[in-house]
Amino acid sequence: MKKVIISLIMMFGIISSTSFAGTLVINTDTSDAAPKEAFEYIIKKFEEENPDVTVKWNVFDHEGYKQSIRNFLNTDPPDVANWYAGNRMLPFVRAGLFEDVSDIWKDSGWVDGNLSENMEHAKKSMTIGGKQWGIPYTYYQWGVYYRKDLFTANGISVPTTWDDFVAACATLKAAGITPITIGSKYLWTTAGVFDYLNLRTNGYEFHMDLTLGKVPYTDPKVQAVFDKWDELVKPGYFLENHAALSWQEALTPMVNGEAAMYVMGNFAVAPLKEAGLRDSNLGFFQFPEITPGIPMAEEAPTDTVHIPSKAKNKTDAKRFLIFMSRADVQEEINKILGQLPINKNSSVKKGDPFLAAGLNMLNNAYAMAQFYDRDAPAQMASEGMKGFQEYMSNPDRRQKILERLEKVRQRVYK
Amino acid sequence: MELNNSKPKRITWWQKNQIKISPWIFLAPGLIFFFIYVIAPIFVSIGISFYQWDGLSPSIYVGLQNYIELLDDEYFYISLWNNLKWLIFFMLAVPIGLGLAIFLNQIVFGIRLIKSLFFFPFVISQVVIGLIFTWFYQPNYGVIAPFLDLIGLEGFSILANEDTATYGIIFAGLYPQIAYCLILYLTGLNNINPEQIEAGRMDGAKGFHLFWNIVLPQLRHATFLAIVVTVIGALRSFDMVAIMTQGGPYGYSNVLAYYMFEQALSEYGYRMGYGSAIATVLFTIMMFYILFFIYRMYRNEREDNN
Repeated sequence: MKKVIISLIMMFGIISSTSFAGTLVINTDTSDAAPKEAFEYIIKKFEEENPDVTVKWNVFDHEGYKQSIRNFLNTDPPDVANWYAGNRMLPFVRAGLFEDVSDIWKDSGWVDGNLSENMEHAKKSMTIGGKQWGIPYTYYQWGVYYRKDLFTANGISVPTTWDDFVAACATLKAAGITPITIGSKYLWTTAGVFDYLNLRTNGYEFHMDLTLGKVPYTDPKVQAVFDKWDELVKPGYFLENHAALSWQEALTPMVNGEAAMYVMGNFAVAPLKEAGLRDSNLGFFQFPEITPGIPMAEEAPTDTVHIPSKAKNKTDAKRFLIFMSRADVQEEINKILGQLPINKNSSVKKGDPFLAAGLNMLNNAYAMAQFYDRDAPAQMASEGMKGFQEYMSNPDRRQKILERLEKVRQRVYK
Repeated sequence: MELNNSKPKRITWWQKNQIKISPWIFLAPGLIFFFIYVIAPIFVSIGISFYQWDGLSPSIYVGLQNYIELLDDEYFYISLWNNLKWLIFFMLAVPIGLGLAIFLNQIVFGIRLIKSLFFFPFVISQVVIGLIFTWFYQPNYGVIAPFLDLIGLEGFSILANEDTATYGIIFAGLYPQIAYCLILYLTGLNNINPEQIEAGRMDGAKGFHLFWNIVLPQLRHATFLAIVVTVIGALRSFDMVAIMTQGGPYGYSNVLAYYMFEQALSEYGYRMGYGSAIATVLFTIMMFYILFFIYRMYRNEREDNN
């Protein structure tokens, strides 16, 4: 019996000691095809450059990861984990589960040039309490995706002002086409519309104040956003029954030519093209200006990598984060992802008009919002988006909804 | 003889108490696990309901704050009201199951196959049923869309409408539940005493009278069981809601079980304390019902024994 116990102890000793020497454990939620391929590439390249490190990579299901990260950060922390920027990482930072990586941002040693300079525009969304908590590696633009052929057939040119936009909707509606498609079953799509109306009506600073809980939801400026929203909801410019559809299901009317526009992220391009749309009939434009003179800020959600504070191999984890921030690495992974690199020295995949338009738009953006559910705390976001969906189905309940959201705000931010 | 009497055999403590103790030894593993996985979590959960806790940071004691907030929470009342709708309309499974059972309780060629086909919905996972019914309800291109067109509800979406969403889910939930009640009644019908029916016939009872006064009383046990499983099914209606609407549109098809999950464990939730408070309310409702159920069972058994 004693022998067995001793040999067991020895076995565990061997196992744990081998896992210390140069093993880098990485957990990611990259279960979809393109992100998975991107990480396969990164890990292979990292191992080639660092032959002394063996990477152990665990891929989690994209949805399940949101639950598992809360467990594994505490109980079985990897050395690197991916997550999202903005307020989405706040609970982990506050609970002391993410490692402060400000030193990488200050002086990364083998990064070509200064990181803070090369990723200046993303630094803000990685900063909490004056420190940086991770490295961003990809982002993508939001905006309006539209059917070029339907616009041409109805004599509409790409709208750049709010009046043009509303007029375009009216023309399309009169022609029997649903102006804007949306699937709000999973709620977050409504936040994209709200964010853009808010960013264009009140500007980026107000968006941040609202999501940080500094402004009441009953504020006249919030009312102004809903006044604009009324102009689209009340005449029925959005797809009917949107509450029953997921965002993917709401693509169908657009593919069939029954709907003309979709306020969406760039990830919608891939399924739209798979369903048969081409560069010739699918286009992208920036969400039009509402209040003249307000600088145009955009939605650009950022994906990030972090080091859990309980990680065993922090040295190699930092090497990996530095590696992920490099211009050449970001260039390659974003070519695979079909998204935009954060490092401004990376070049973008050529021949993709959507990425080119997105890059151009974001390079000229005044500021970048992460998205309502990443900038606002989770509890506020869930109630907020529920409210937006209810409003889109019952615009006359606006006041009641805003009062309820205000009640939630007072609870969440106290 | 005398010697034997003067030296009585020593009876050990174990021998004296063996009969009393051994059942407890056999029960012990079950009891221990029942305590760890059922009893203890109830009290832990009630305890958490007095805290504000996101599962990561240290928890803060807030007293009855979660319950006070619950009283002022619109979505809580919507969920409670929906639970009531579930309780009432889910009960339809019992008479429909009974009707089908009586219909199928005949001896014709292939009846065994037909019976098993009727039982099939209960074998399919609830998740699959929820998914398929969601497709049925799909506006414009779902299976029922042409029928909705006929009655002038073109493009009407049952699951996107706050007034109909819950009924749509309950209807989908009835599909397997009817099959369950059906099988309970079929076994019940097997045990019916044919002599009593003969006697009833001789006394001139037929049709509905025969059914109501002779058959139904003998199905008492099956009815009781069917009602019990249906009530429990209604109260824990979680999977259907999760698959079909996620409580939507805007929380109007929520039930307490799902609302608890949404607050405590979903992507945007992690209000463990508030979720536990909802769980405690749901537990209290169920407790009343379970106590009544146990009391009935106890009384029935005593009647049967007498």
